[in-house]
Amino acid sequence: MGKFSRRQVIRTSLAAGAFLTATRCAAPSGTPNNPAPGPQVNTNQTKDVTLRLIGTGVSQINDIRDKAQEDLGFKFDMRALSTEENNQIAITQPGQYDIFDGEYFSLPLVVPSGNLQPIDIKRITNYDKIVSFFRTGEFKGMPVETSQGTAPFKVQYLTGPDSSEFSATPTDYATLIPFQYNADTLGYRPDLVGRTIESWGELFNEEFKGKTSILDIPQIGIMDAAMVAESLGLMSFADKGNMTKAEIDQIIEILKEQKANGQFRAFWKTFDESVNLMSSGEVVLQSMWSPAVTAVQSQGIECIYAPLKEGYRGWGGGIGLSKNLEGVNLDAAYEYINWMLDGWVGAFLGRQGYYSAAPETARKFMSTSEWDFWYEGKPAAEDIVDPFGKTLAKSGVSRDGGSFDERFGNIVCWNSTMEENTYLVQKWNEFIAS
Amino acid sequence: MSETWKSLKPYALITPQTLVFLMFLVFPILMIGVVSFWEFNGYSMTPAFTLDNYRGILTDVTFKTYLNTFKFLALTWLATLLIGYPVAYFLAFHVPKLEWQILLFLVCTIPFWTSNIIRMISWVPLLGREGLVNQGLMGVGLIQEPLQFLLFSDFAVVLGMVHLYIIFMIAPIFNSLMRIERSLVTAAEDLGASGLQVFKEVILPLSAPGIAIGSIFIVTLIMGEFVTVRLMGGGQSASVGKLIQTQIGSLQYPLAAANAIVLLAVTMLIIVSILRVLDIRKEL
Repeated sequence: MGKFSRRQVIRTSLAAGAFLTATRCAAPSGTPNNPAPGPQVNTNQTKDVTLRLIGTGVSQINDIRDKAQEDLGFKFDMRALSTEENNQIAITQPGQYDIFDGEYFSLPLVVPSGNLQPIDIKRITNYDKIVSFFRTGEFKGMPVETSQGTAPFKVQYLTGPDSSEFSATPTDYATLIPFQYNADTLGYRPDLVGRTIESWGELFNEEFKGKTSILDIPQIGIMDAAMVAESLGLMSFADKGNMTKAEIDQIIEILKEQKANGQFRAFWKTFDESVNLMSSGEVVLQSMWSPAVTAVQSQGIECIYAPLKEGYRGWGGGIGLSKNLEGVNLDAAYEYINWMLDGWVGAFLGRQGYYSAAPETARKFMSTSEWDFWYEGKPAAEDIVDPFGKTLAKSGVSRDGGSFDERFGNIVCWNSTMEENTYLVQKWNEFIAS
Repeated sequence: MSETWKSLKPYALITPQTLVFLMFLVFPILMIGVVSFWEFNGYSMTPAFTLDNYRGILTDVTFKTYLNTFKFLALTWLATLLIGYPVAYFLAFHVPKLEWQILLFLVCTIPFWTSNIIRMISWVPLLGREGLVNQGLMGVGLIQEPLQFLLFSDFAVVLGMVHLYIIFMIAPIFNSLMRIERSLVTAAEDLGASGLQVFKEVILPLSAPGIAIGSIFIVTLIMGEFVTVRLMGGGQSASVGKLIQTQIGSLQYPLAAANAIVLLAVTMLIIVSILRVLDIRKEL
């Protein structure tokens, strides 16, 4: 040893430091194909902005990012996460994102953490075009107005510009601007079921013993189970969206009994699993998400997204702003929200079967036959193709469940975070372990 | 100067590894221990000292879940040992060339190359209700109705884990079998030992450390397992790992931490008892 003297070490590190500094400071030299730009006066500062988005796989779509970059001129960095990871990061790592794209039912957990800043509604151009239920809780006097659970309207407003408390009445400060939402229900294989499914109660029907499935995400699975139990008259709830401990005990008992009888084939946690279970025929009737039904259909297998007499379970996601956003970045984020409500995104999502926050702006970007199929529930005038080029419905076919009003208006409960969430998770684990 | 350096050198050499070890293993585990005493609500944790988390997990459910995990462990351990030992024995004693031994050994690692998603999807056409196995059995008239238990059951979980982890049993046993001095076998035979006696008196005792190391691998892997349990059990089977995962997914970190600490203690206990039976260091 002894080859490294202290002087040598200092000399080397100084040189390395100097080298680093020099390369950082030097003017960009450019390459033949990519010449260095001359000095420029930056008039539009948002050009340099990169917004970091986090959200679930259903919303973090490259096509949307590319179009946004093209139209707005700044960059987006999107991360697709599972529902659970998305909430975890939103709550525990506020420095990791600028825009949070999450579900309404996560707000009772995310908002109290203080990681979101209220959205100033005065800066949202098309706010008044958003479907009234999100803004005012009203929707043509249909059942959705009295829906249970974490309905978006209940967590849409905050009491003030620095508040992390929900306001029951509209204010100028919003938590999220809705991005996409839908009405969920049971999906089934008509070829294997052999008849029409019209009630949530069928999920516990002996006829399908060992061939049904529900979601293994406590906050969503419990809502499906509640719909079934209520439909069969096994029990009733004061408020499905906010069960008491006794109610949780009772519904979990019912679930355990069904599990012990071998009613379920499997539980699923991710989108792909539900598609796989259904397309393989292992399961013939299960709670599903709308794009999963589409995915089964696109494999050439018949799958119906059943309109049920008890109504739908709703879910909705929206865009919120991180508390870390300020200055140009904040301006850019508002630009993005306004762009999102402008219609292109709405049409893009509409072609996948989701609903847009502001359908009337989306309509401008959809063809008449697309609009009639997705929103009006009319038979397709021509083949209906999704944004990725897959044919989803042949000409003449109508959407399961009908028009927007019929589907959205009949949502009777929403994915929920209950006050007894901890207890629910504990009991849910008990159910799985039983 | 050089004298001090000489005595310091070993310490200097182990410093980087020790630091990595402390920072990325010991420190996180200590943090988990600390967090397990914290209080929490739906969205945040507050530093505190409460035993509620531990009280919360000492329930019937946790107990049942542990029993279920032990069941998976016992079955998987037995199956990997009964299948893995003959495979390793064959590789070590009946495959003459080293090249072939290495090649065949690599073949054993193939199950490990596929991702979970691929495995999940590929088990369905094999074991599903309309899968190859059921169709085959019905075809030859052995069964009338498809066997439901083949997939999404405890059976499937054990099958999946054996398939995935058997290499961890084969490798150490193979290693210890390869190190057995062949002249010992010859000597035993010269002294008139039968094949069975050679195995019982010479080979088995000398390969015991391999079995012990393999068992430790299996114990640590299975006790924390949740992916295979979820995918092969169709979400209907419970394991401690899956319990913790559900709690983390619902942001109940302190509960999950308390569970993790208990799991760590239980796993350590099993490993210590394995080491009590067999002193690996002595045998290595």
